[in-house]
Order: sequence, then C-alpha cells, then structure tokens
Amino acid sequence: MKRRSFLKSTLSVTAVSILTAFGTASARAADKTIHVGILHSLSGTMAISETVLKDVALMAIDEINASGGLLGKKLTPVVVDPASNWPLFAEKARQLIAQDKVAVVFGCWTSVSRKSVLPVFEELNGLLFYPVQYEGEELSKNVFYTGAAPNQQAIPAVEYLMSEDGGGAKRFVLLGTDYVYPRTTNKILRAFLKSKGVAEADIMETYTPFGHNDYQTIIANIKKFASEGKKTAVISTINGDSNVPFYKELGNQGLKATDVPVIAFSVGEEELRGVDTKPLVGHLAAWNYFMSLKNPANDAFKKKWASYAAAKKLPGASKPLTNDPMEATYIGIHLWAQAVKKAGATAADKVITAMAEQTFQAPGGFTVKMDKKNHHLHKPVFVGEIRPDGQFNVVWKTSGPIRAQPWSPFIAGNDKKKDEPEGRSVTK
Amino acid sequence: MLLAAGIARAAPDAAQLAALANGSNDEKIAALRDLGAQADAASLPVLAALSEGSLYAFKTDSGWRVLLLKASGEAVDAASGERLLSLPEGADSVMINNRVRGALAAALAAIRLASADVEMRLEAIATLGNAPDVKFLPLLDAALRRESNENVKTRIETVRAVILLQNGQREDRLMAIRILGETSDPAHLRLLRPFLTKDGQGRFVETDTRIRAAARQAAREIESRVQTGEMLKRVFEGISLGSILLLAALGLAIAYGLMGVINMAHGELVMIGAYAAYVTQTLVQQHAPAFFDVWLLAAIPVSFFAAAFAGFLMERLVIRHLYGRPLETLLATWGISLMLIQGVRAFFGAQNVTVENPSWLSGGVEIIGKQILTYNRIALIVFAALVLAGVVVLLAGTRMGLFVRAVTQNRAIARCMGVSTGYVDSMTFGFGAGLAGLAGCALSQIGNVGPELGQGYIVDSFMVVVLGGVGQIAGTVYAALGLGILNKFIEAFAGAVLAKIAILLMIVIFIQKRPQGIFALKGRYADI
Repeated sequence: MKRRSFLKSTLSVTAVSILTAFGTASARAADKTIHVGILHSLSGTMAISETVLKDVALMAIDEINASGGLLGKKLTPVVVDPASNWPLFAEKARQLIAQDKVAVVFGCWTSVSRKSVLPVFEELNGLLFYPVQYEGEELSKNVFYTGAAPNQQAIPAVEYLMSEDGGGAKRFVLLGTDYVYPRTTNKILRAFLKSKGVAEADIMETYTPFGHNDYQTIIANIKKFASEGKKTAVISTINGDSNVPFYKELGNQGLKATDVPVIAFSVGEEELRGVDTKPLVGHLAAWNYFMSLKNPANDAFKKKWASYAAAKKLPGASKPLTNDPMEATYIGIHLWAQAVKKAGATAADKVITAMAEQTFQAPGGFTVKMDKKNHHLHKPVFVGEIRPDGQFNVVWKTSGPIRAQPWSPFIAGNDKKKDEPEGRSVTK
Repeated sequence: MLLAAGIARAAPDAAQLAALANGSNDEKIAALRDLGAQADAASLPVLAALSEGSLYAFKTDSGWRVLLLKASGEAVDAASGERLLSLPEGADSVMINNRVRGALAAALAAIRLASADVEMRLEAIATLGNAPDVKFLPLLDAALRRESNENVKTRIETVRAVILLQNGQREDRLMAIRILGETSDPAHLRLLRPFLTKDGQGRFVETDTRIRAAARQAAREIESRVQTGEMLKRVFEGISLGSILLLAALGLAIAYGLMGVINMAHGELVMIGAYAAYVTQTLVQQHAPAFFDVWLLAAIPVSFFAAAFAGFLMERLVIRHLYGRPLETLLATWGISLMLIQGVRAFFGAQNVTVENPSWLSGGVEIIGKQILTYNRIALIVFAALVLAGVVVLLAGTRMGLFVRAVTQNRAIARCMGVSTGYVDSMTFGFGAGLAGLAGCALSQIGNVGPELGQGYIVDSFMVVVLGGVGQIAGTVYAALGLGILNKFIEAFAGAVLAKIAILLMIVIFIQKRPQGIFALKGRYADI
C-alpha cells in the first residue's frame, strides 16, 4: 500500500515537472520562432502524391531560415500525418492551430480533405495555403489557393483536345475517383462541352473508389465507346495511387495516345515514377508547371531540390523529380513569407491583407501574382505530352498568366456570387 | 543500281527535312505523308530518330540543318551523311505532338510494310489500319502483290477495303463491304453505319440498294463477332478478379476452416508476401542484373516462406494460447495486423514501393472483336490454378493432408487417434499464411505495394470464405469465381462504385437466407 502511494506520488511529481519543463521550453521557443504547420498525408492512398509536398515545404522553410528567417525569428516546421483519412485532417488541423500555435498551415491535396479542415480554419481564424489544382466553388478568407482553378487547368486542357492540333476530339470520357473534386470538375466540363455543341450521347462519365486497382472493365468500356463514333479523348481526374494500375492497364491493353489520348489533371512527374512510360508516350497532362520547362528560375529550383533531396537522403533522391503542386507549395511559402514581412506580423488578419498582389518569380518561368481579391494566383497553363523518360513535352501553353475564376461560369447561379471571400472586406 | 542509290540519298529531300525540322504541324504532317507514300527505306533512319526524340535541328545561315543523334553521342547530318563528334551548341530536339506522331507512325509503317520480317509487317499493317490514308493505296496494292503470308495478306486487304469503302467506285465498295464483313473490328461497324442511316425525310442516305443490303449483312456479322468478343472479355475479367479473390482467401479458408481462428492479420500476411517479392526484386537487381527478367519466379518461394514463417510464429506465440476464445483471437490478430503495418512502415517507409512487371508480363494477346487479354492477368489466372491444384494435392494426397482433414472434421476424435493436433495446427496455419504470401507475390504484379495493401483484401477474403461455406475449399473456389464474374458484369453496366455496393448487398441477403454458405458441412460434423 505504502509502496504504491509512493510510486504514485513520484510519478505524478515527475509528470508535473516534465509538463512544466515542456511548457516553459515552448513558451521560451515561441519568442524566438514562428511555428509553421505542414498537413500532408505521409501514408495511405494519397502518400504517393503528398509526401514530396511535405519535403518541398521543409526545403523552403530551410531556405527562409538560411536567409535570416522572418521578423528576426526562425521558422520551425511542425509536421503531422493525417494518413489519407479525411476526418483526421480536421483533427490534426485543430491540433496544429490550437495546440502548436502555428502561424500558418501548408497542406491538403484532395478537396475532400480541404473541405474537412475548412470549418476548423474558419472557426479558429487560421491560415491555410492549399497547393493543388481543384474544382473551385469555394472561397474562404482563411485559405489561399496556390493551385489552379478550373479555368486555369481543366477548361484550357479540353479546349486543346478539341483543337486541330490536339486531335479534334468530339467524344469524351470523364473518368475520375469518386469524390468532390472529380464530380464537380466533371459537372463543369459537361456544361462546358455542351456549350461547345457536344451531345449528351457523346459524353461518358464513370467513377472508381479511392485506391481502386482493377481497371480492366473501365478500359474495355472506353475502347468500346471510342469505337462507336468520332475521335474520342479521355479526361482523367483519377487521384492517388490508383493511377499506377490505371496507366499499367492502359499500356498493356495497347490503347495508344494517337488513337484515344488520355489527359490527366492529377498526374505529374511524381505519380509516373515507377510506371513504364514507353507505352504511354503521347498521353497528356495539364498543369501550371512541368519539370521539363526550360528557364533559369526552373533550373535553380530543380538544382535546389536535387541537392536538398540528396542531403536529406529522401527516397527518390537518385532521380529527383519536381512537379506542379511542389511548385505551388514553394510559391505559397515564399508569398506568405513576403506578406509576413510586409505586414510586420504573423497574425492571420494582417497577413491576409498583406497577401493581396504579392508577386513571385515562379519556377514555371512567369511572375505569378496573388489576386487582389479572390485569394487565387494568376498562373500560366501548360499542356504536356508524356515522353519515354516520364517527363512531359509542352505542346501548348497560354501566352501568360491568367486570372482564376473560382466560381466557374459553367455552373448555374455562379454569376451572382462575389469574387472575394465573405468577411474579407471587413478586415481591411 | 546506281539510280536506286541516287534516289536513296535524295529521300527525304531538303524541303522535307526543312519541314520536319521547323515546319508547322501541318507542314510536318504533309511531309510525313509524302515520305510514307514514297515508302523509301532511305528515310527510315530520319523517321526512326524523330519517333525516338533523337532528331535534332539547328539553324545555320543557309537554312536548317538536321542531325541524328547516335547512342554513342556522335551526330550524323541527315542530308549529307557527314559525321560530327558531338551535337553542336544550340541544336534542339525536334518536338512532335500526338497528331504528328500519328502521321509519323503511318509513314514508318508504310516503309516497314516491305520488311522481310513477318512480325514487323503485321505490326506495320495494324498501324496503317488505325488511320487509313488514301495516299497509301498504291503502296498497299504493291504490298498485296508481293505478300506471301496469308495472315498479312488478309490484313492488307482489310485496310485496302477501308480506304476503298470511302474512296472507291461502286464495285470496289461492294467488294470492300464484303471483306469488312469478315472481320471482327468494332471500328468497321462505325464505317458501315452511314450506309444504313436515313436522312431527315426518312430516305436512306445511300441510294444503291445492293450496297445497302451488303452493308446490312456485313454489319450484322461483325456485330455478332464483336459481341462474342465482349462476352469472352467480360468472363476473362471476372475469372481474373475471381483468381485474385481465390488466392487471397485460400489461406484464410484453410486456417479458418481448420481452427476456427478469425485471423484479422491475414491481409498483412498478403502484404508480407508482396514486400518479400519487392525485396527479391531489389536483391536480384543489385546482385544479378542479368537475371532481372526472371526475378518474379525467384520471388514466388521467397514470398511463400516469408509469410509462412510469420504465420508460424504468430500461431506459436499468440494464437495457440487463445484457442476456443474467438473474440480474444480476433482482437489479438487485429493487434498483430496493426503492428505489422507499423513495422513495415517503419522499415520500408509509408510510401508505396515500386514492384516492376517483367517484360514478358507486359502487353497482351488479341482475341476476337479486337479485345486484348493482358499477359499479367493470364499469368495470374494460371498461377491461381496451380496454387489451387497444389493445395488440393496436398490435402487429398498426403499424410499431412489426411491429418489436416481429420482435425478439421473432428478435433477430439483425431486427437484420440494419436494425431498431434498442436503440430497440425501450427503447420496448417503456417501453410495458410504461406498461401497468403503467394497471393501477395501475385498482387504485386497488378496493384500497388504499400503497408495498407492487406487492408483492401481482408474484407473480400472473409466475404469469399463466408459465402463459400466455412472449411470448404470447393466452396471457396465457387464463391471467389462467382463473386469475380458477378462483380465484373455489374461493373460493366453500373460502374465500379455501384458494383461494389451491389455485391455487398447481395452477400448480406444471401447470408441471411443461408448462413452456412454455399456449401455446408453435413451430418454429424455440422455442429462444430
């Protein structure tokens, strides 16, 4: 009895002292550092895409620290793993903001994860930088979208497919993973195709669950659909590691890009790592950045990433790859740092105001600008074809950055929506 | 002879080279169509270089200079044949897009149609068939006259027919329709359909009744063949999905049937098998790259024994102490599964690892109706059949199998007869785990290999085992194939998401009506 109570008291004393030690340590640290949250899936079906975003964010933070930090303080990254589990994203976001007191969070890939954390950021007035192309239909004062809106990726890509050089596609297969991004994008594309005179019968829409890995039937159906009429193209919004079995099956079934081109919105250099791309030559992807772009800013970015990956012994360091969401993450962190400098503080409201019209020399080769009002970047659009080495050949591009339309004009009722987030003007 | 050499050097000529180097896409395509129609073997190196991305161009004062980059790093001038030690500064690779690539493939095929190799000619005519070009008609006529291989001949005739159908006279078209009617390509149906459509006033677009009748007949014949092809393909897809389910569930069926152990870590044993295949691949790649193409064969025993060993340890250390306590077993094995997932994550990383397909498993074989059965799926079906045969032989033909069956049927009596049930349990559980490992090895060829691999298969495996009837190998086989084929047929009409839901719903209803599964133990064994 005595021994037990002794044990108990010693334990509790130790616990208390550890807790206080932690408390004072973090309190002291808070004076000298700015905490930055990184919220990307490091396991599960989305890890294939999101893991490198964590790494590139850490690289950018190192870079800012090396050049003297921000406001005289160092940045300290706080990395959490929401494990491709959408409710867990919200939990981890709350933990980052409320417990770790981060000034900003860089994270999310799938729209379903972004939708899951959105209420948390709005409730706690946090700041999220979202680096991936998405379906639009959202504006929040607490989120900056550094990826593409539909008019900066999906619409130009389909316009290219319909053009003579793109093969003059007349029939379309809309293929996606079953969640909010593909469903909404396809809704927009359907309306867009209709406005271009494509008949209902010439559109086939089909979805697969997350992590699906048997694409035999779908590819057989695509072949059948393609043999029934005019030139057919596939628009793929498949996300995550399902892309590997999809492209493998595509190659094995001999569906060539010259017959039925597949254009993807969520497949970049990183997703094609480990896929034999020789049978896939000519299939397309639309992004705002490709690793193969030739310009000084991109050369510097690639070099930085290669040496960072080698120094940190990252899994893919032997073949360092960069891609669009990595560029968007990199741009996002630097824009945020510029805004913090301008505002002289890390408080969300001040940073939000300072973000307007920040510019950055992006690795894509253009100077991108944060819009004055709508929290989206002005970005250029590129369409690339897969090369035998897994890189992309740019076959079409816009002449310069274009402004994002988060509320797509192809969805009814959007013309009445305001092009800036609610509550934003109040904080000005 | 001299004359031929002179012509050979002239192809492609300066204007064509300039168009390829710096023309617009339209100019490039026009040049490629000309080169294809000329079908001169001399232009093969330039075209091949263009298709491989090793054709370079750079601007000089006198115009564009086109260079072929060799693997050695040397560059060869396409016009003069002059050799350069390396590419000059500023030379850019000639970029092409899909549209140009299509024309390029046709031009290459037109030249290769004269190849001495039958396989190459077959491939060439298939490419030409994808984009029939009236410009190539004389070429096809010439090829037809000299062709000796019947198979190639038929195909050339088909492509010729497609071209003549759109460009020929009445008799040509009738003959074309007759030839197309003997094929099974759904694309030809599309060509015949315009002959059978009516305009706004209800009159046929095609006024010639004979052509119409022939087209109708031909379309009907093609259609029936296409449908046969589709049906065969669906059944094949179903069997391939069924074999995956069977491989995943077989080990579970044995362990569950024998010991009544609900092994929640079964999926993780599958995952261990897949990772064992990955490790084998890496080792072969590092130490014996010459044998890289056959690493998969070496991976089969490695996967089996890795998973069997893990299963054996599990049984000895944990499960043995929990016999007769199903709930605790369930929780304990679930805990083990989480530990295994985390362990693999810690050791190999959370990201998927890349398991490559050996080259002999890439591609597929074409059957009727232009349907393609892929080699990796065929291999999977054969593999599943072999594993099943092995299991049956082992259970029905060996002394150990006799013991296993005895313990499954009546543990107490078997024990009385002197069977060491503990030993049989360990060996059987290990064997079941090894089968899971084999499944993992096979799955590494068609899906992603990551720490959560097993999670995706555990539900399916239980579904198969429960549906088939506990402890019944035959039941497991029927359930796996049945579910596979059913799933694929529903998916073809309703999509992958709905198919999954429909299957689960059907199983719920089935299990309510018949809780013992398709096959049930009868008589006095039924109560255990």
